[in-house]
Amino acid sequence: MAHTNINDPLLQEITGPTPGQMLRRRILGHQGLLIGAVVMAILLIVAIFAPLLAPHDPYAQSLMHRMEPPVFLGGTWDHPLGTDHLGRDYLSRLIYGARVSLMIGTIAALISGVIGTAMGVAAGYFGGRVDMVVTFLINVRLAMPVVLVALAVVAIMGGSLQVVIAVLGLLLWDRFAVVMRASTLQVRRREYVAAAQAIGASTPRVILSEMMPNIANNLIVVVTLEMAHAILLEAALSFLGLGVQPPTPSWGLMVSEGKNMMLFEPWLVLIPGAVLFLLVLAINLMGDGLRDVTAPENRS
Amino acid sequence: MLTFILKRLGLAVLVAFTVSFISFSLLFLAGDPAAALAGETASGEDIETLRRLYGFDRPMLVQYGDWLFSALRGDFGESYYFRLPVASLIAERLSVTMILGACGISFALLTAVPLGVAAAIRPNSIIDRVALFLSVAGQAMPSFWFGLILIVVFAIKLGWLPPSGASSAQHFIMPTIVLGYYAMPAIMRLTRAGMLDVLSSDYIRTARAKGAPEGRILFRHALRNAIIPVVSLAAVQMGFMLGGSIVVESIFALHGAGYLAWESIARNDLPTVQALILVFSMFYIVFTFLADVLNAWLDPRMRSS
Repeated sequence: MAHTNINDPLLQEITGPTPGQMLRRRILGHQGLLIGAVVMAILLIVAIFAPLLAPHDPYAQSLMHRMEPPVFLGGTWDHPLGTDHLGRDYLSRLIYGARVSLMIGTIAALISGVIGTAMGVAAGYFGGRVDMVVTFLINVRLAMPVVLVALAVVAIMGGSLQVVIAVLGLLLWDRFAVVMRASTLQVRRREYVAAAQAIGASTPRVILSEMMPNIANNLIVVVTLEMAHAILLEAALSFLGLGVQPPTPSWGLMVSEGKNMMLFEPWLVLIPGAVLFLLVLAINLMGDGLRDVTAPENRS
Repeated sequence: MLTFILKRLGLAVLVAFTVSFISFSLLFLAGDPAAALAGETASGEDIETLRRLYGFDRPMLVQYGDWLFSALRGDFGESYYFRLPVASLIAERLSVTMILGACGISFALLTAVPLGVAAAIRPNSIIDRVALFLSVAGQAMPSFWFGLILIVVFAIKLGWLPPSGASSAQHFIMPTIVLGYYAMPAIMRLTRAGMLDVLSSDYIRTARAKGAPEGRILFRHALRNAIIPVVSLAAVQMGFMLGGSIVVESIFALHGAGYLAWESIARNDLPTVQALILVFSMFYIVFTFLADVLNAWLDPRMRSS
């Protein structure tokens, strides 16, 4: 760091750290958040640059090279993580699988986030009948068994990536609605909201530019939770054979395909499951960490 | 208290009706049931015959009303695949799922509550850190993967437990763990937070000041109050668990209602799927209703909300 006047220790002691500096310090001091963010960033890069990183075509079958073991179990470096029952390179499928998981997690969380936030904020802001209706809808949604409904709808509509994303997005909005309703209720009666209303700001303006910035930290935490939730659900649906369909490389599907050979080649199941576990763990660590560093009570 | 129960009951009934309507229309709007039933090779004429035979040509609301009134009498129609009344089919399979659910929630409570209490007694100790690690890792673990690992280790490598089936108590050990572990993190965190909160309260200080033994303070005074929110969480988790039983039952080939759901979905057995969605939701609705009533009984402050 360059030694300019601004970084003068004496000056800093007088003025104190800026809010931005304090936030950076809290982030760098939070182990879980850092680990989660690094793992997440690596997997994100892998997913984005999949065509450059994958050593083989993830769809290319080779009957001559079926179920070759990974390099640490006596395989060759040509297929570092071995090949599956159709001779497809396991590492390449794993790399493309990161795309499927992250895409489903991101878009499903986005859809459910928009629905849930709109409902929750409306309920918290307007109260009364609106609140009653939203609370009722949340109750109805919670009473519906997610896995069963998602399986049934995907089975009827056909298991394409779009259908799985849409179904998960339309089902997982409940936590957004619950959390955003509670957060909105908390800031609803603050002075700055009353001030904005008093100067004649429109309702969308009050909500979007006065209230949202103050409840956005809760929203980010729920986004990470629901991303993890959607990724796990997709994997479970695909594992049951009623999610993403072959030959798409989905980690849940890879576990399902490896299941039959589990007795002799347990790594076929272990590797994709471990990566799935790692991704969800990283997202959860990030979510927990973000909650810790952005919580208003830690700002002092 | 009675007003609270009646209000809460009214809400539960309303939710149940809405869920039944949504689950019915969801499957109705999603595709042509007659075509699905007839199979890919059927001619247009066959499909038309089936449509009239099963009444799919009537308006949807009429079909829903018909289905609902039969369902209220316990008649869910006949399974397309098994050719048996859906109600008896489900009743027969439900016992396995209910045993599994009861075992799963008991396992979760018996491990998570002591762990949460231990973590709260000494915050930031080794136990607290281990508990935190377990709860973070537990939430990230895909249940189907966890189940397969248990099968490989305990059924295949070690040979201690049977890999699948439901003929003895031993068959339920692995499914119970796989179903129960997912509920543990939430229960543990809530117990820990509740205990931490209660342990710093005035009446615990009073109990300590008058020299009550530590064990009595922890269990008679603190845990009794900290456990109240855990009751409703456990009820909610129990409802989710019945849904989660689909994955667990399919891994361990337990022929319960979850397995039936998976089979029926794969076979386009619409009446069975619709009935199962309704039955699973009803369990959730009943559990949360009972939990709310229990909560209101334990804690009078809850009755007003």
